[in-house]
This record gives sequence, C-alpha cells and structure tokens, in this order.
Amino acid sequence: MMLDMQHVAFGANGRFLLDDVSLSVARGEVVVIIGPNGAGKSTLLRLAAGLVAPVSGRVLLGGHDLATLSDARKAGLRAMLAQNSPAHARFTVRELAAMGGLHAGRACSASALAAHVHAALELVGLLPMAERDITSLSGGERQRAHYARVLVQLRAAAGNGLLLLDEPVSAQDLARQGLVLNVARAHARQGGACLMVLHDLNWATCVADRIVVLRNGRIEADGRPEQIVSATLLRDVFGLETEHVPVHARTGRPFVVPHDIVGHDFSEQYGE
Amino acid sequence: MKVIRPASGLVLGGLSALLLVALLCALMIGATGFGPGALWTNPHSEAARANWLVISQIRAPRAVLALLTGAALAASGAVMQGMFRNPLADPGLTGVSSGAALGAALVIVLGNAGTGAGLVAHWAVPAGGIAGALASTVVLYLFASRGRASSPTLIILAGVALSAFSGALTGILVFRANDTALRDLTFWTMGSLSGAAWPQIAVLLPVLLPAALIMARIAGGLNVLLLGDEDAALTGCPVERTRRLAMFCVALACGPIVSFVGVIGFVGVVVPHFVRLVSGPDHRVLLPASALLGAALLLVADTLARIIAIPSDVPVGVVTAAIGAPVFVWLLARSQQTDRLS
Repeated sequence: MMLDMQHVAFGANGRFLLDDVSLSVARGEVVVIIGPNGAGKSTLLRLAAGLVAPVSGRVLLGGHDLATLSDARKAGLRAMLAQNSPAHARFTVRELAAMGGLHAGRACSASALAAHVHAALELVGLLPMAERDITSLSGGERQRAHYARVLVQLRAAAGNGLLLLDEPVSAQDLARQGLVLNVARAHARQGGACLMVLHDLNWATCVADRIVVLRNGRIEADGRPEQIVSATLLRDVFGLETEHVPVHARTGRPFVVPHDIVGHDFSEQYGE
Repeated sequence: MKVIRPASGLVLGGLSALLLVALLCALMIGATGFGPGALWTNPHSEAARANWLVISQIRAPRAVLALLTGAALAASGAVMQGMFRNPLADPGLTGVSSGAALGAALVIVLGNAGTGAGLVAHWAVPAGGIAGALASTVVLYLFASRGRASSPTLIILAGVALSAFSGALTGILVFRANDTALRDLTFWTMGSLSGAAWPQIAVLLPVLLPAALIMARIAGGLNVLLLGDEDAALTGCPVERTRRLAMFCVALACGPIVSFVGVIGFVGVVVPHFVRLVSGPDHRVLLPASALLGAALLLVADTLARIIAIPSDVPVGVVTAAIGAPVFVWLLARSQQTDRLS
C-alpha cells in the first residue's frame, strides 16, 4: 500500500476537522476526494503529505510512518500541488520547475534535472513559456507551472511517488482540465499513485479508480465511481437534486447533471 | 514577459573584474595619488618606499576591510530578504546590526578595550559584536517561534522593537562612557573604515569564511522559501532549520563587521536588488553576486569618502546613505505596488 491513513484525527482551535479517517491508496491507483466546502478535504491532503501531524492515528507512506521521515526523504516519496501558491519572486517557469529537484541534491545531476524539467514542462504544455517570468503568467498557467515543479520533484527521485493534488483544475480551461488529469492518471499507471481533491463530479467519475466522499470530517463513502455516485448520496452530502445517468454511453462511467440550476433558489439549501 | 538572463558565470566573472578595478582604484587614489607604475620604475627610491608604506599599511588593509564589509552586508541583506520574503529586509531591519552595536559598545565602555593592545583587544570588541548579533537573533527566534512556526511579518515587527531597545541601551552607554570610550563610540556610530588595520582582517577572515559556507549551503533552500513555508516544506526543505541557519550566518557576518566599522546602512538593501534585476532571484547566483557587487560598491564609496574632503576623512556611512537612501525610497514606492522580489 502506497498511502495508508489509519484512524486519523486532526483538529485545530478545539474543533475536529477530521475524525477517525481511514483511507488507503494503492500503487497504480487514482483516488478522488469529493465533498462540500469545509468537509476537510484539504486537511486530509495535508495530513497525507505530512505537512501536519495527526492528533491521533497514523499516516504511513510506502510503509514508513510519516512522522519518522525527514523533509528531504518525504519529498522523494510524495509531492503536493497546493490550492494556490503565491509568486513572491520573478523566477522563470523553468527555474520554478527545477526547484522540484532540491531534495535530490547531488543524487540528481544537473543534466538529468534539466531533462526532467523539459519533460514536465512539455507534459503540462508550458514548454513555449519556459523563459517567462512566473509573476506575468495567468492563474491557470501558474498553476500548471507549479504542477510541473511537483512532477519534477517525484521524477528527481524514483519517479513513482504519490501525487497529491488539491483542486488541480480549479484555474484551468476545459481542455487543460483534461490535460492535467490525464497527466495525473498517466503518473499512476506508470507505477505511481494519485490522491486528489476535485469539485467536478463528472471529472471525478471519469478519472477516479475510487471516489472517497468526505463530509464534516468523516468519510461518508469510499468505493468505485459507479458504486458511489447516486442521487441519494448527492442529496445527502451536497443537498442537491440531480439527474443521474448510471452509465454514460461514451465513458462507461456515471454522469451527473444538477437539477434546476437555472432559477433554483440555492439559499433554501444552505439556510442563508 | 520573456526573461533573458546572462549565464551565471558571466555575471560573476564581470562582477569580479569590476571588483578588481575598484580595488586597484582604492589602492592608487588618495591624498597622494600615483599610477601602478610608481612602485616599479625605481623600486629602491625614497618615493617608492614611501608609496609602498602608504599602500601596505594604510590603503591595503582599509581596502580589504571595505571589501569584506561590502560583501558581508550585501550578502546578509540578500539572505534576510529571501528568508523574510521581503525586499526591504536587511540586517538593520531585524535588529541584528543594532544588537551587534550594543554588544560591541558594551565591551568598549565597560572593558575600555578600544584603548588596549594585542590579540585580546582585537578580539574583544568583535566578539561583543558577534555575541550581540547572536543574542538579537536568538531573542527574535524565541519570540517568533512561540507560535507553531515563525512567520516573516512577526519577525520583522519583533526586529523593529528589538532595534529600538538595543538603540536605547546603547544610548545609555554613551552617557556612561568616559572620554576615550566616547570618542570610540561616536567615531563608530558614524560608520567609518578609517580605523582599518591588518589585525582586524585577521579576525574577520576566520569568522566570515564559515558564514560564507553556510550561505552556500542554504542557497537552494532560500529559493524554495520564496514559494511560502508550506510549499518549501513540501519540496523537501527543512524550513525551520534553514531559517535558523540563515539567522546564524547573518549574525556571524554582521557581528564583527559592525563592531569594526559601525553601522553602514543601505548596502544590504540596494545591492541585492540590482543583482536581481540582472541575474534573477536564484540565491545560488544572487548571494555570491551580491557579495562581489557589495564589495566593489563599498570600495568605490570609501575611495570617494577619502577624497571628497581632503585632508579630512568623511565616514563612508555618510556616502552610502547619500547614495542608498534615495534608492531605498524608490524601492519602497515600488514594493507597495508589487510586493515582490524583482
């Protein structure tokens, strides 16, 4: 098992953000976390990355307890794309991507690192912008530049680590959403694994081997997309009426259309 | 926009050449000026001996001290700007310089070491400077890490308070000082290189060398710190240790420098800024390039300081302030628009 979270709880300021969460990701697998805002999705990723330590329970990465690993060691085993990364300095896209190689030090030669950077920039479609200043990029371009950095980080080590993505398509246009998710899937298929947070249910059902539904800091459901995505669950978790196609003719996956988007009174649902 | 950066070797080579020219100028220009040939045309003449004496005992130690001072202050400024993600940070802003000043002043007034002679006297004041600088950074660090992790804004605010406090204590010391110590103190708060002598260089080298080695070691970590603490940690940088090492090497570099030459402002802010404009924010180039440009700049500033009011010797701190303050204000105006390290 690549990632194994056992009965993990986490809280801040006297409030539980996650409670008794057990979740595992196998090698080769893409697992998508869905859930309403504030359900604890990002917190779950941060725990999986070892950015924060659980209050109780354990997080194992490749069989090692995360709490016992050094920062550099962790960096070779997992990489994470955060929701938004600020641009404090005028690095170029290429320089930013190369920062992924920091943890490898001399273990990854300058020429090998340059090759990894080139490959990653090509994957995310930023090779033509490699010499651009990251502060001059659009939000979507910058998100993909950081994505390239994250890919370089894993490739500078064994290349088969765990990819953690927090809303990786939030700033992307429709075509680039597919691009970003395909890269993640390819990474998993080539011996890595991926755990990501997505909001778009239809992307989730397309890309996921398993979907984990998180609500109020607890896992509500965990299983294959066709087992998970049902009108009842979506009503329970998101409070949303949906039209639901169990097997879409083209993708073979469930397809969801929210009811009454136009003219629907959302304030009723959220009690505002 | 597309960024075109010269190769790092070209930048460092060019700055080294600039430094060499500045060094030659500093050695040749002064109250008695002479060309490079003056020493060799008739090496045994009375004039050549006098010139050699001027160079070896007066100008050379002063030039080397100027060089080391400029390099240490500029590189320290670059380190602090990186670790605080703040283009205006420098040793002065975080209370390191004023802490060093207080430590050195304590030794001057209480021990009256300025009038002593020999190895102990040469080491006592700079040791006080290092101790003061380190004490400031430790207080700063303890304060800032009371929470879960030290945030850049907190450190700078704490530095402002620390600076004021050290300044107040130094002010009290001035009134407690006797005449000799007072002369040392006033001379030294102006920021001047006129007391330069070879024994100071002998003290500085073994302290600055480890500081430079630490800077080389943390340069890559400082780069990812610019992405924010979380992304830096995710990339594999030990964030807290890198920040602690950064504080330590800055204290090591600035402590003895401040104790010898006093407070010289603006070098730490202005130099790294101009280097970034050419070679970008990568600390693996920025730190050595800032050291080279800082050294060259201070050599030029001190040469100016020596000749603008011959036979008087203007404190070099006055010259750097005159050049640096307007640039600093310009940077301040710019940083309000962008809030970035450009």
